[in-house]
Amino acid sequence: MPRINSTDELEKVRQEILSQRDPNKPCISICAGAGCLASGASEVIAAFKAEIEKQGLKTDVNTKGTGCPGFCERGPVVVIYPEEICYLQVKPEDVPEIVSQTIKEKKVVDRLLYLDPSTGEKATHESDIPFYKNQERNIIGNNIKLDPKSVDDYLALGGYSALAKVLSRMTSEQVLEEVKKSNLRGRGGGGFPTGRKWEESRNAPDEIKYVIVNADEGDPGAFMDRALLEGNPHSILEGLTIGAYAIGSHEGYIYVRQEYPLAVENVTIAIKQAEEYGFLGRNILGSGFDFTIKVHQGAGAFVCGESSALMTALEGRAGEPRPKYIHTAIKGVWDRPSVLNNVETWANVPLIINKGADWFAQFGTERSKGTKIFSLVGKITNTGLVEVPMGMTLRDIIYKIGGGIPGGKKFKAVQTGGPSGGCIPEELLDLEVGFDELTKAGSMMGSGGMIIMDEDTCMVDVARYFLDFLTDESCGKCVPCREGIRQMLKILTHFTKGKGKEGDIELLEELAEVASDASLCALGRSAPNPVLSTLRYFRDEYEAHIKEKRCPALSCKELISYHIDPDKCQACMICLRKCPSEAIGGGKNQIHVIEQEKCTKCGTCFEVCPPRFGAVKKISGEPVPSPIPEEARIIVRESKQK
Amino acid sequence: MSEILLQIDGREVEAKEGMTILEAAQNVGIVIPTLCHHEKLEPYGACRICTVEAEIRGWTKLVAACLYPVEQNLVVRTRSEKIDKTRKMILELLLAHAPDAWDLQDLAKEYGADKDRFEKEASFCIHCGLCVRYCAEVKKKNAVGFVDRGTRREISFIPEIASKECWNCKECFPLCPTSALQAAYVLVEALAFPKSSFESELDLKG
Repeated sequence: MPRINSTDELEKVRQEILSQRDPNKPCISICAGAGCLASGASEVIAAFKAEIEKQGLKTDVNTKGTGCPGFCERGPVVVIYPEEICYLQVKPEDVPEIVSQTIKEKKVVDRLLYLDPSTGEKATHESDIPFYKNQERNIIGNNIKLDPKSVDDYLALGGYSALAKVLSRMTSEQVLEEVKKSNLRGRGGGGFPTGRKWEESRNAPDEIKYVIVNADEGDPGAFMDRALLEGNPHSILEGLTIGAYAIGSHEGYIYVRQEYPLAVENVTIAIKQAEEYGFLGRNILGSGFDFTIKVHQGAGAFVCGESSALMTALEGRAGEPRPKYIHTAIKGVWDRPSVLNNVETWANVPLIINKGADWFAQFGTERSKGTKIFSLVGKITNTGLVEVPMGMTLRDIIYKIGGGIPGGKKFKAVQTGGPSGGCIPEELLDLEVGFDELTKAGSMMGSGGMIIMDEDTCMVDVARYFLDFLTDESCGKCVPCREGIRQMLKILTHFTKGKGKEGDIELLEELAEVASDASLCALGRSAPNPVLSTLRYFRDEYEAHIKEKRCPALSCKELISYHIDPDKCQACMICLRKCPSEAIGGGKNQIHVIEQEKCTKCGTCFEVCPPRFGAVKKISGEPVPSPIPEEARIIVRESKQK
Repeated sequence: MSEILLQIDGREVEAKEGMTILEAAQNVGIVIPTLCHHEKLEPYGACRICTVEAEIRGWTKLVAACLYPVEQNLVVRTRSEKIDKTRKMILELLLAHAPDAWDLQDLAKEYGADKDRFEKEASFCIHCGLCVRYCAEVKKKNAVGFVDRGTRREISFIPEIASKECWNCKECFPLCPTSALQAAYVLVEALAFPKSSFESELDLKG
């Protein structure tokens, strides 16, 4: 491919690509994102290729592995164009039927469609599925339409037109003004206004400036940046290049965690293609603007998501935050002005340029504009990535899109913002998601992780989990963070083991205050949030652990016991046989009894006891009823008496 | 360098641009406690004991005096209920590791810190980084460094470098506010360079 040297040439190339593509030619898109790959997507892709070949359809049908459309719960996801028929949980053995029925006969394979559990109706198209229907998929929507390894696919969807517009028709000031006007705020955590950050760097006197993509997504349960970088890498490159033009930078970095090998691979391929086509390198599209991008793989430290720690790591040193009171936008990498934005922030930039700040700002709330991708995980029916306009309520996200809580369980809390965020209880489900709204509720937007918790989740244990995570992930440099987290974790662990005492909650609060007041970086300052938010909304659970040695969610192992209700036990022998520690006594027609000294509380008996008996009970905060005498344990079956 | 006027604990203080609050305070004899600070070394901002209140454009924030640059009309308070509470907690957290360190004990008296508030975890090191930074910045040898992160972070001598550089230097020893450094040194000596059996025998006879 020869380099494209002007905007006109780009449009010619685009027309050429489009003219070679028949919109009516069937195309089978199979999600090749990390989630679907884990559920066997590569076998499905191979099966499609083989079947198409076998049926002699190779020239009539396109097959491609695409980016992640977000419905990970039902992967591997397959969409067949031009009809946009969506099949879910496709297995290699389904492939011959899909090819002979849908591709050849234009018939829908009913059993692979989405079945709406509430209405019992099937949905043929992606857009009919409630999970997708209630979203606003401005950024992630293209993922399923393109092969991330094909720059032509990106161009066919209008790719690099924003860059062309910027370079041929806009001054750098105009680009900056458009981004400022859109009120785009950083999608990585703090929600700092992107335009203002850009302006700060642009105005810094240094000649050399850098732009950086923060793809060090580290929150447990968050994977939206991964899906974007894996699924649509060119959109990130385009956004970054536009940002570089706006602030006058000629070098960019993508700091991506090494644990995302597919993202590294796809973005590296994309950079090479962009260089070949002339979207990167010298004299981009004949405009005289030069810009290059390098990929830097992070070594998997959560703290490197913090801007100054990331930049220190980029310089090749241990990823520790800098203690200096100066914005990285003014003195960042190698002390040069550096604009660091999260993957999703950069992905928004081409859209804002193409469609305008006003278009962007029509989505969202007064102070949080645009859409936001959330990763819905935990106790939720539809696990996956969802993109919604800011201002949608938590309830709508969790119930309308997420399909609610599985297994008939009750919702308890949603954790947002990762380890720096907090847990939001049921009474705040009508909260509209936005940067300030979430912060006010004691949590934060963070990068968009949403972990749904049901009634079986112990909130004290949740706080303990996040503090345990931070014990490893704090850099360990400053005292309030390192030592504060150490002591808070100790106290929380004591609670879950029934060793909490009066005054511990107050001590926790004191430690939390010092960590948030005096820590060196944002990690330490926000580290107490999981503790503070659970204390704020679930203090009664803490008190039950301390005062009654009781875990209300029946989750903390050391505070619960298993007991078999003699009135309900049918002596079916199932739990007795399954118990791995041989702690269950009894026999045929003899009521089973758990020997508490032998019981390891693995919960196997509880799980295997047939629901129609429901004889195994979990109890907490009360003594285990003493076993009934041997002679009373014999079950005399009525049927046998007759 | 232009003169900057600021206020520390109600006193008008003159300072030069680029100075930190700590330097400006020290110049006029106002004491702000420090643990990880050393005039020969780059400010580090790790112990946070020098935390002070700074009033900037109407907002009061807690900042580390060793790093925060002076600015015109800055109002600084080096003692307040909040600051004292923060310092007391920092001391108590560190005393769990090094209860016998003189520097900590002196400060503990002043701030009413209870050395037994937290369960003892005798690692001795308080992670002030004086040894690590002195070796890197002044001696430029990097014979001692931090390893691991979070609560597992600790100082460690790099045997290959230490075996060449440390015998005749040991300038970091008196910088250490606890006994951790010497312990780490002895440990690396013992593990990495065990005495030959002949020497040990001599030791025994001696």
